[in-house]
Amino acid sequence: MILLETRDLTRIYGGLTAVNGVDFKLPRGQIHALIGPNGAGKSTFVGMVSGRIPASRGEVWFNGQNVTQLPAHKRIQAGMAYTFQITAVYANLSLADNIALAQRSRDRTRILAALDRVGLADRADQTTGDLSYGHQRLLEIAMGVAQAPRLLILDEPTQGLAESEIEGFNALIRSLAGETTILLIEHNMNVVMALAERITVLETGEILATGTPEEIHANAAVQEAYLGHV
Amino acid sequence: MSIDRRSLLLHGGLIALLFALGFLLPTYHQGNLARIMVLATYAVGYNVLFGYTGLLSLGHAMFFAAGMYGLGLTMHHGGLSAIPAFALGILCAAALSTVVALLALRTIGVAFMIVTLMFSQASFLAILYAGDWTRGDEGFVITQSARQIAGIDLTDPLARYMAALLIFAVALLITARMMHASFGHVLVGVRENEERTRMLGYDVYRHKLAAVIISGTISGAAGAAYALLFGYVGATFASVQYSIFPLLWVLLGGAGTTIGPLVGVIFMFYLIDYSSGLTNAYMLIAGIVLVLLTLFARTGLMGEVRKRWVAWLP
Repeated sequence: MILLETRDLTRIYGGLTAVNGVDFKLPRGQIHALIGPNGAGKSTFVGMVSGRIPASRGEVWFNGQNVTQLPAHKRIQAGMAYTFQITAVYANLSLADNIALAQRSRDRTRILAALDRVGLADRADQTTGDLSYGHQRLLEIAMGVAQAPRLLILDEPTQGLAESEIEGFNALIRSLAGETTILLIEHNMNVVMALAERITVLETGEILATGTPEEIHANAAVQEAYLGHV
Repeated sequence: MSIDRRSLLLHGGLIALLFALGFLLPTYHQGNLARIMVLATYAVGYNVLFGYTGLLSLGHAMFFAAGMYGLGLTMHHGGLSAIPAFALGILCAAALSTVVALLALRTIGVAFMIVTLMFSQASFLAILYAGDWTRGDEGFVITQSARQIAGIDLTDPLARYMAALLIFAVALLITARMMHASFGHVLVGVRENEERTRMLGYDVYRHKLAAVIISGTISGAAGAAYALLFGYVGATFASVQYSIFPLLWVLLGGAGTTIGPLVGVIFMFYLIDYSSGLTNAYMLIAGIVLVLLTLFARTGLMGEVRKRWVAWLP
């Protein structure tokens, strides 16, 4: 069953076509990675999916419903969660307050459980702005998970994380597998290969290839466009 | 002790203290504090929008004046008694804040400040324009005989003090309750990071709309109470000055704290009161103290208290 589908999804900035006619299908429960060189249109694409960026053309279907005209907060309410590429936590609030807003409950047990998933439970009452960048990223991910979404969109989640934290991140995402559908934008190919069941490669706003990690790894065009330069 | 209990004790204790002061203070300070509590109600209303939601309005005097004239004109010309006139005053402020919210929230940031300022100036000029009824700058007096509720004479110092305390306590408890509920937490989310809040699935616009209306309505209630308790209605209360005052009070007392508005008004009131006893250039002293406070206590008096000692302060 398809959870997310885009049809001819297009975004034009002035004269520049950032995303061009993308047809994309994401089955329920899959971990799907979106890769491609900088400027390929990955963030613009998930921006249109989540409603942050209006589409110039095309449609977004989520959970059997055409959500193209819905504002972002309605799509989130329908079961999407979006974590920002540039960390966007509430720096002046405590970690617990951040999670409380994300999960819409101030139940202390649930807050600590959500923080525990990224190993931050002992810091629940610290001010978020005092955390290291890596910990703020982990909190951002925890906020996405705490929403218990149908679809979790992660925009470069491991950027700025230490190797040990990346292992923790991988374990967290695997623990969600099956219940939560995950759309992952990621530059770290080790993370992509370790987590993704399927991969879509974007280049200059268009889908270059889709397949299993092995197929993508073996794909000459992808090698040319992307992997070769890593 | 849970935060709920502490918050209850703080607000309950403050109200009990103010109640006791009503009997203990000498007449001069009792009168001052009555005025302070009404102005603090105005500041509490302002704080909902500025302190908690992060929207800076430069036009709140229009809401204060809407309450004041809503009550004043209907009592003065319509011969309405105090309670229905008070209700009407609040209604006027609620209606005006709804209209202004719908229009001004189409803008953000500096534009929002300017738009609220313009609406407020338009209201001020409208009051002057309708001079036949409002008597403009000169204003009008609400007679002592009209300022009665159920046989209680609101011109009596103690009755007036208790009425002022009642209106302040209601406003304080409404905001304390609101900031304890998830609605208030979302307002803080909007203040801290609007885009993040939207992307957590909250309808940011609706929350802002509600914040402007609640803020404007409380401010209007303060305006209506001011006219009723002190018996004077004049255009000065709709001027820019009265839009800046609540901003100053809230900044001084601590934006985004429930008791900060009261602390700010007390501080400013007595600062001017004492310094004017020392010199004619009292605004110089007041100005210097304000500059020092903004340099060394940037989050306001209660904001500093929260930062240094009492982290749970609501």
